Amino acid sequence: MSTPLGSARYAVGIDLGTTHSVLAYVELSTGLNAELNTELSSAPKILAIPQLTQLGAVGEANQLPSFIYRPHDQELAPGDLALPWCAAPSALLGELARNLGSKTPMRLVSSAKSWLCNGAIDRHHAFLPLHSPDEVAKMSPLEASTCFLEHLRDSWNQRFPEAPLQDQEVILTVPASFDPGARELTAEAARAAGIQQLTLLEEPQAAVYSWLQASGDDWREQVAVGDVILVVDVGGGTTDLSLIAVSEEQGNLCLERIAVGEHILLGGDNMDLALAYRIKAKLASEGKKLQPWQILGITHGCREAKEQLLADPSLDAVPVVVPSRGSKLIGGTLRTDLTRDEVTQTLIDGFFPLVDVSEHPEQQTRGALNQLGLPYAKDPAVSRHLAAFLSRQQGAADGLLGESHGSFIQPSVVLLNGGVFKAPQLSERVLGLINRWLSDVEADPARLLQGLDLDLAVARGAAYYGQVRQGQGVRIRGGTASAYYIGIESAMPAIPGIEPPLEALCIAPFGMEEGSEVTLKAREFGLVVGEPVRFNFLGSTTRRADVAGDQLDDWDPEELEELPEIQANLPAEGRRSGEVVPVRLVSRITEVGTLCLEAVTLDGAQRWQVEFDVRAPEVR
Amino acid sequence: MSIQFSLTPVSVDFLHLVLVVLVVVLVLMLALVLLLSRRKQSPTPRVESEPSVPPVAPAVLQESTPDAALQLLSVLQQDARFLDFVHEDLSSYSDADIGAAARVVHEGSQKALSTYFTLAAIRSEEEESQLTLAAGFNPSEVHLTGNVQGSAPFTGTLIHRGWKATEVRLPKLVKGHNAYILAAAEVEL
Repeated sequence: MSTPLGSARYAVGIDLGTTHSVLAYVELSTGLNAELNTELSSAPKILAIPQLTQLGAVGEANQLPSFIYRPHDQELAPGDLALPWCAAPSALLGELARNLGSKTPMRLVSSAKSWLCNGAIDRHHAFLPLHSPDEVAKMSPLEASTCFLEHLRDSWNQRFPEAPLQDQEVILTVPASFDPGARELTAEAARAAGIQQLTLLEEPQAAVYSWLQASGDDWREQVAVGDVILVVDVGGGTTDLSLIAVSEEQGNLCLERIAVGEHILLGGDNMDLALAYRIKAKLASEGKKLQPWQILGITHGCREAKEQLLADPSLDAVPVVVPSRGSKLIGGTLRTDLTRDEVTQTLIDGFFPLVDVSEHPEQQTRGALNQLGLPYAKDPAVSRHLAAFLSRQQGAADGLLGESHGSFIQPSVVLLNGGVFKAPQLSERVLGLINRWLSDVEADPARLLQGLDLDLAVARGAAYYGQVRQGQGVRIRGGTASAYYIGIESAMPAIPGIEPPLEALCIAPFGMEEGSEVTLKAREFGLVVGEPVRFNFLGSTTRRADVAGDQLDDWDPEELEELPEIQANLPAEGRRSGEVVPVRLVSRITEVGTLCLEAVTLDGAQRWQVEFDVRAPEVR
Repeated sequence: MSIQFSLTPVSVDFLHLVLVVLVVVLVLMLALVLLLSRRKQSPTPRVESEPSVPPVAPAVLQESTPDAALQLLSVLQQDARFLDFVHEDLSSYSDADIGAAARVVHEGSQKALSTYFTLAAIRSEEEESQLTLAAGFNPSEVHLTGNVQGSAPFTGTLIHRGWKATEVRLPKLVKGHNAYILAAAEVEL
């Protein structure tokens, strides 16, 4: 570990979510205590986060909505934004930002996290809120993430002035599907917010840690050697999938994360919106036309009505009301019903249809002719994304658990996380779907693991991971969940009109552990001083056998995913511009958990970092 | 806000209700303070300087700051459209229309109350059941009615369980915040 743990009193887990952020913490045991407390870990606590609830009023909540509002300078009175730690904060975020933004969307920054992993844009460039007029102060996805972390830091420091966050062990969660660039940007945001002892942790793993913590020693009774745990984490904006295998080493159960899914921009918010549009269509057929602001009200109403309907099977319909905007409340208020059939058809059949395991969503090509916007999943069926994931990862556990057969990997245990699964019908449906696939191949049905607090589990699990790093409890192994490649043009005679085919050179193998380093010895690159050199960058979540230096000239399009381009930039200091310097590529997994690519001179004397976030030239 | 100088309230509105509640609370507090102060004083022998005049403690009536009350109104308006609802003239609307609006008020008030207060019943017994109050019960928690005579223990029927706030989490107001603005006017551009 890069920093001595002795100085940290707490492990702080931060779930920096697309729609909400949560901070959990647990006291670390020190020195002798660590040995005594091996299995006696206390449950992580949730920090109540102060935030503006109205202009000039500060309340506290467990969740900090991930929204930033960029107010007009005449919109506010002095002191309206004061927080306990600052009379005039530079950013307005949290609950009030979301409320103000619902009425003035053009000033609202939302989904910053999804932008952070969108390689089609320069993530250091200030362009959010998207498509807003020039006079609205813009910020970059990186700045937005930094703002949330700063707010959490200040909340923490306010509550624990004797133990400032910079001295604590901070575990920040990221989607398992985040590419190296997005991970690095997340770490950069944390550094900018003054977090010094940082570790990144994949969100589905954090959910598993939360389950481990909640189960105590009992977890060994709930899973056995040979089990494959499927984690389905459906957040507000994204769906994240992971597989964890249970194996044995010297008589002890081991957990190893063997695969992660693609980044799917599909979550609980899509489901509420789908219900709202269904209600809108129903009202339209009754001759009632909705205003845009009423759609928003309907979406809010649908979320609550949906939860009631899915929790209570005896209800057939729940009223949804949208209050009028003016002071005349009666008469102007719109009332309609959300029925059980509507919820079943829209959510259960729309998002979790009972499809065959061979039905997969259409492949989306990343960045191809995409308008500037977020690459939302085109296929809303979580079922098909899940089927594709399990099929693609067919042999993922073979290395650990022995050879398997069939067209998909067969999970024996399922862990569900995310607010969506508060509805028992939805969790039953997901389990039912998986068991249907399993029964089709005559496998035993999967079991559901219980005991997660669906909104807070990721932050809690992250805090608990801080204790695990101290040696308390079991650690999930796994390393990186992708192998990485750079694309190079193959040497072949030029044919007019045909681009030379791309070959993929493996620069970092699958499963690299924190702190390990791989040098690509076989191949040298010539970098031109003062001229940025761009590389095509690719990743694979299935090619487990490739080692650094392997060169692929042919691959299945499903195997390799094109990632945002990367760029090596040699500063001109001490060299002539235009000089060609021979270098080797070195890849390393940092202690933080990010991938670091470096160009190193042949004698090893000089190193330059290869950048993941290639900046658009017009921006700089 | 207009101020009426007549001695009896000319209208029963929220303000007067608040005032009535405040008066009751203050009287009860005063009684409690007097009770406690007497108990404290009893062990030490009192030096009677003027035995001819019985001592009368002057009632210390504290001026309550209106900020918290205004803040509550503001929260109820924001979450539950409370002020809008109370100011509507119900006579011209159908029960269905009133019902739709009542849902807004009910859902919103519930949300506001659960966000900003922790409320609990004072008595855990079933209503309409018999219970006995031992001597020394807290008269501000339990109010005796009907055939009130004799001395404790009292046996009677629980009519209402009562409510008490065990925790208040009202948002903290920024210094200088004008709490008299309960809901800003909204102008869409």
